[in-house]
Amino acid sequence: MSDHSDHTDHTDHKGELEPLGDPGLPAHVHRRADHDPVAEKRAERQVSGLFILGTLSAIGFIASYVGIKSDQYIFLPLLGTTNAQQLALGMSLALALLFVGFGAVHWAKVLMSGEEHVNLRHEMRSAEDDRKELVEKFSKGAEDSGLGRRSLIKRTLGAALALVTISPLIILRDLGPLPKKELEKTNWRTGSRLITDPGGIPLKASDLEVGGVAHVLPELPDGQNETLNDLVRDPVLVIRLRPEDLHLNAQQTNWTHDGIIAFSKICTHMGCAVGLYEQQTHHLLCPCHQSTFDVTTGASVIFGPAARPLPQLAITVDSEGYLVAQHGFTEAVGPSFWERSS
Amino acid sequence: MSKSANAGNAAFNFLDDRVGIAKGLKNNLRKVFPEHWSFMLGEVALYSFIILLLSGTFLSLFFVPSQEEIVYQGGYAPLSGLKMSEAYASTINMSFDVRGGLLMRQIHHWAALIFLVAMIVHLMRIFFTGAYRKPREFNWLLGIGLLTLGIIEGFAGYSLPDDLLSGTGLRIAEAIVQAIPLIGTYAAFFLFGGAFPGNIFISRLYTIHVLLIPGIILALITVHLMLVWIQKHTQFPGPGRTEKNVVGFPLMPIYMAKAGGFFFIVFGITAFISAMFSINPIWLYGPYNPSQISAGSQPDFYMGWLDGLVRMTPNLETHAFGHTVSWNILIPALIAPGIFFTGLALFPFIESWVNGDKNEHHLLERPRNAPTRTALGLGGLTFMIVALINGGNDVIATHFGLSINGIMWFSRIAIFVLPVVAFIITKRVCLGLQHKDRDTVLHGRETGRLVMLPHGEYIEVHEQISDEAKWTLTQHKQYQAIEGGSNIDSNGVQRGVSLKERTRRALSRWMYGEQVAKPTPSDLHELEGGHH
Repeated sequence: MSDHSDHTDHTDHKGELEPLGDPGLPAHVHRRADHDPVAEKRAERQVSGLFILGTLSAIGFIASYVGIKSDQYIFLPLLGTTNAQQLALGMSLALALLFVGFGAVHWAKVLMSGEEHVNLRHEMRSAEDDRKELVEKFSKGAEDSGLGRRSLIKRTLGAALALVTISPLIILRDLGPLPKKELEKTNWRTGSRLITDPGGIPLKASDLEVGGVAHVLPELPDGQNETLNDLVRDPVLVIRLRPEDLHLNAQQTNWTHDGIIAFSKICTHMGCAVGLYEQQTHHLLCPCHQSTFDVTTGASVIFGPAARPLPQLAITVDSEGYLVAQHGFTEAVGPSFWERSS
Repeated sequence: MSKSANAGNAAFNFLDDRVGIAKGLKNNLRKVFPEHWSFMLGEVALYSFIILLLSGTFLSLFFVPSQEEIVYQGGYAPLSGLKMSEAYASTINMSFDVRGGLLMRQIHHWAALIFLVAMIVHLMRIFFTGAYRKPREFNWLLGIGLLTLGIIEGFAGYSLPDDLLSGTGLRIAEAIVQAIPLIGTYAAFFLFGGAFPGNIFISRLYTIHVLLIPGIILALITVHLMLVWIQKHTQFPGPGRTEKNVVGFPLMPIYMAKAGGFFFIVFGITAFISAMFSINPIWLYGPYNPSQISAGSQPDFYMGWLDGLVRMTPNLETHAFGHTVSWNILIPALIAPGIFFTGLALFPFIESWVNGDKNEHHLLERPRNAPTRTALGLGGLTFMIVALINGGNDVIATHFGLSINGIMWFSRIAIFVLPVVAFIITKRVCLGLQHKDRDTVLHGRETGRLVMLPHGEYIEVHEQISDEAKWTLTQHKQYQAIEGGSNIDSNGVQRGVSLKERTRRALSRWMYGEQVAKPTPSDLHELEGGHH
């Protein structure tokens, strides 16, 4: 039907008469408990029985709370070792609730009247008289307020409401500081030693064998420890390959030391720790979204949603043979953001 | 008069004298509700929300929403002496040192999963039976709002314990906010009170999780139910059921007992699952540390599809004019879900615009009788399932020894191809079922009895179905596609048809162009004349 004023009248669409009229509600079929007193009595006992079981289970719940030691563990096949008290509390609670629920539903199904009822529906739209009356009253109210005539009040009220409702939002300003250059900061400085995490031991080039990998942090002045907020951008992976396995440009090569190469551990996609290193293929994989980085080509992206290589940390060794940063990262580590320029 | 009847009388008098309850209740106490198993899906969602409120209140008595770093000294030995946030430590404490605490945590988490599953399946029931049609568009929109809030609320909830898994999830959420062009970085800093993770987010999230979102959900549920009450529940078609009536059982006593009992049953099943099956054992994950990660990190299922979309998106990023736009995050995490949910929300309005039907509908449609809608629904569902499967691609790869790259590429192609395949197959199945209905009405039910006629021919005996069954199979309305030729007016002059109208006609042909005509009386008469 294409016309908009199409009503539920069954005869108005061409040839679409229903083959048969609505035969109406089928006759009600009575249940046994409706006419057999024995069946009725049995049903009553069943319902009460369920409620009694519910009561007993609730008593079991209290008993489990009081009677079972909270540090007792039991072994159950398939489920493994489980805390006995938590299990008993849960099972008795479940049974108590289920018995009460089944009892109520059973009661409704077998004992309460099973006769179907019919209510009439009324169109949601109000009757024409009601609609007319409302419109009249509304117009009268609007007229009384004089808002239509007094445009000065209307405008000033509008302006006042707009500002009064929006202006308090200004106090949300102190929810946080402005980003400034915060996302580009790390604790890596020229000469920062690479210390192991965990352990906090400064790493020497000789500590890493070919194929070795270490998770490191910058050594902070005065023996400070890294906070969780530092750990969002500071973690670095140091990996040692044979120098001939690395295929890097001149600058990237300059930033390595004797086959030792360091990358930010924070994924350039969404900031997870890139935790999986495949020693054979020299691939780094982020477990969150499977971005895969090839260490031999400067942690370039070879698979997955990350768009940028892991930033490389320029490293060298100091006079005592410890690995140190040549300087901080030259780009922001971690996921992209609007203000990021590359 | 008995004692309890006296007390009841007194209470009734007290209330009625003051608020006049008789006026309101006299018409509502025996209000009729229709019955069908699928009408319980929304009830399950409602009841699990109540279970969430009850169990959540208990948990809030023990949870400490603070990122203050402390050294753990509680009863769980493996973590003893470890530094962790108070949030994490208090969650460990309520799991090991509060009797029934672990049970309540597990009830809360399982109930959250059941809440989301129930809402999703309830939404599918509404969609596939056309229950969202006029006058129920508001309730459709409220439902989509509730589902969206439920997803956010669930994510907020499992992020609170500040364990390694949930912290990683929050890190990803922060990256999504940060990826919004122009304002993203600022939004993230305002949300977290500085750079991630900051030291105030858990307490902010706590307020959002226990007050703000549940408050809104509660308000929306109230309106949702009030509308069900005012508009009366839809019913499935059948003999005696019309657009003008509602056939079923009265609120008191039948539905009070059934719905009340069903609440206990839902709670009981939730408690049973929670007693038997461990969920989110955060003591195994350890406290959050941004430099650590565990392999096989998985969000809860209702976030899994988003994660799957994020995983499969190619690495598109634009760098121009000193700014970065991360399409690899924006498309899967914001744009695609935005389009999906907006489309879902607008569907009732688009459908009624296309078919021009402005009538109220209280009789549900059988999915087969709206083939294009049903096929669209299955297509959308397939999209979600492919996304969800890809969200677990690492687990699938390690469990079945498959290549993760292979699964990813499969998903990248399947996300576009499989919904179309599902659409086509579903539409064919629906049309096939329409054929079957037509045959059943005209020729009766196949009995499976083979009979040899005197001249040797074998036939299968068909049995006429009842008038009631015939009515159920034929009562529905079939919309007709708008034919294209009508832009030539009565004088034979070609008139321009607006783009809007042409779009409407094209959609109409797409939605209603292919249908099996339901049997008409003349079809039946012909048969009667010819065969019998």
